[in-house]
Amino acid sequence: MIRKNQFFLLLLLPALSLLVLFILIPVGQSFYLSFHRVISGLPQLGEAMVGFENYRDLFHDPVARHSLWTTVIFVGVTTFFELLIGLFLALLMHRHFPGRGALRAAVLIPWAIPTVVAAQMWRFLMNDAYGTVNYLLFGTETASYVPWLAYPATALGAIILADIWKTASFAALLILAGLQVIPPEINQAGLVDGAGSWQRFRHITWPLIRPAVMVALLFRTIDAFRVFDLAYVLTQGGPADATNVLQLYGYKKMFVEGWMGYGSAISVCIFTMALFLAVVYVRAVGRRLLEARV
Amino acid sequence: MIPRFLRKGLFLTGVILAVGFSLSPFLFFVLSAFKTENQITAIPPVWLPDFSFVSFQSAVFKHHLFHYLLNSLIVGGTATLVSLSLGALAGYALARLPRRYARFILMGVLACAMFPQITIAGPIWRFLRAVGWLNQYHGLILPYVALTLPLCIWILALFFREIPEELESAALVDGCTRPGVLIRIILPLSTPGLFTAGILTFIYSWNEFFLALLIMTDPARQTMPVGIALFQGEHSIPWGEIAAASLITTLPLIILVLFFQRRIVDGLSAGAIKG
Repeated sequence: MIRKNQFFLLLLLPALSLLVLFILIPVGQSFYLSFHRVISGLPQLGEAMVGFENYRDLFHDPVARHSLWTTVIFVGVTTFFELLIGLFLALLMHRHFPGRGALRAAVLIPWAIPTVVAAQMWRFLMNDAYGTVNYLLFGTETASYVPWLAYPATALGAIILADIWKTASFAALLILAGLQVIPPEINQAGLVDGAGSWQRFRHITWPLIRPAVMVALLFRTIDAFRVFDLAYVLTQGGPADATNVLQLYGYKKMFVEGWMGYGSAISVCIFTMALFLAVVYVRAVGRRLLEARV
Repeated sequence: MIPRFLRKGLFLTGVILAVGFSLSPFLFFVLSAFKTENQITAIPPVWLPDFSFVSFQSAVFKHHLFHYLLNSLIVGGTATLVSLSLGALAGYALARLPRRYARFILMGVLACAMFPQITIAGPIWRFLRAVGWLNQYHGLILPYVALTLPLCIWILALFFREIPEELESAALVDGCTRPGVLIRIILPLSTPGLFTAGILTFIYSWNEFFLALLIMTDPARQTMPVGIALFQGEHSIPWGEIAAASLITTLPLIILVLFFQRRIVDGLSAGAIKG
């Protein structure tokens, strides 16, 4: 029996050591770097320990504060609409009808394509001179065309729209998984008792899929915090930092300007917020739900 | 009660809206690949292109599209194979270890998938630079394997658990070794699970942009997403070429979705981790 478990531990070893080497140790190092002054281009300066200096600077950095608000708005708005549209898509995909496979495939396409492609697509559609969005709104009246990516509010709106288009189907899949475990008899019982379709949704379907919706909320929120690709391609953080989301700001500090220590303080803050949210959600959903899957 | 035909009509409208919302912007964009430069920027838009292949030619010959494609294939293919192999070993162990240990490790593995990429990017970049692996295929493949392993381990562990242990005991009594059991009994029975995990891993590695941007700064080693994001023209944005490259990048993904739509749906809901 002991030899059997030893064999299993041996099987676990390669996968777990890769996870430790490329995920856990780097996370730890990010914490370490955030307490040091590290500049990529100037190795001769060494890596002086500076205590909380990076965090103090970050707290007084107006760009960082703005970036935080931008990210919070982005996360809130996209998650809300993705869950709403996701619920709608899931209810459609759950129905039995001849074209169901085709509908599912069509809905999955935005999720399957690279985010960079989706970003270029929206950049093209929102062009100020020949974008289709402008054509659909204003027809051939090119004088009233709006440069969507050049105004702070509409630029943020553009990356929000692009994200909703890209990931609503992912939320839909998670909610669909919840719908599929509802036994059809329950709905039929509701039908026999004379409940209308809204009543059946409100009192039968909704309570049963709420855990799945919570899981979708958890995954979507945490993932939305990592938004990078869309902002990088669509707006590069502009105009006037209106779309300078946290991961993009951290990337610029670390890899464009070379402030490894300061950038690490940003990434530790992103990490802490994601962790905080995860803990809050997991408490709300109940650990049992996640563990029930194990 | 709403009459039957009205409800059918509502449902049909919903389906049309969903399909239109998902497909029409994308179709319109990739059709630009077949348009001439004048048609792309025309107002009113040209809905049906001339089927000109100028953009494809330019993307292939002037922008070295096939270099990027080859890099993506090498990185995506290798990452998928390695992640599946390691994930299968770990998943089998977790399916057969006592539940409480397995549960503890599985939750830890899930947590690894939740870290924002930026939290690991700086240290990984410094490590790769120190060992000289920046702009090397394995420098990108290894982080991809680490990032996709949680999904593979979850899908495969849950799949292997469904295979009755009696099958294994019987084989062991007959003199089969434990590694033999894994290779001759468990893996052949698990092809659906391996397929699902493999598809999701491949889609992730094929589409990943953030780490590829950091690690591959040499254009000769860049993958398709980096190429598409950094596309540069001489005077104006080369939309035709970008659309052509986008179409070629997404074609394998569209084929995967069309053929394996059911597996993807099942796999995502089982692991519930974004691929």
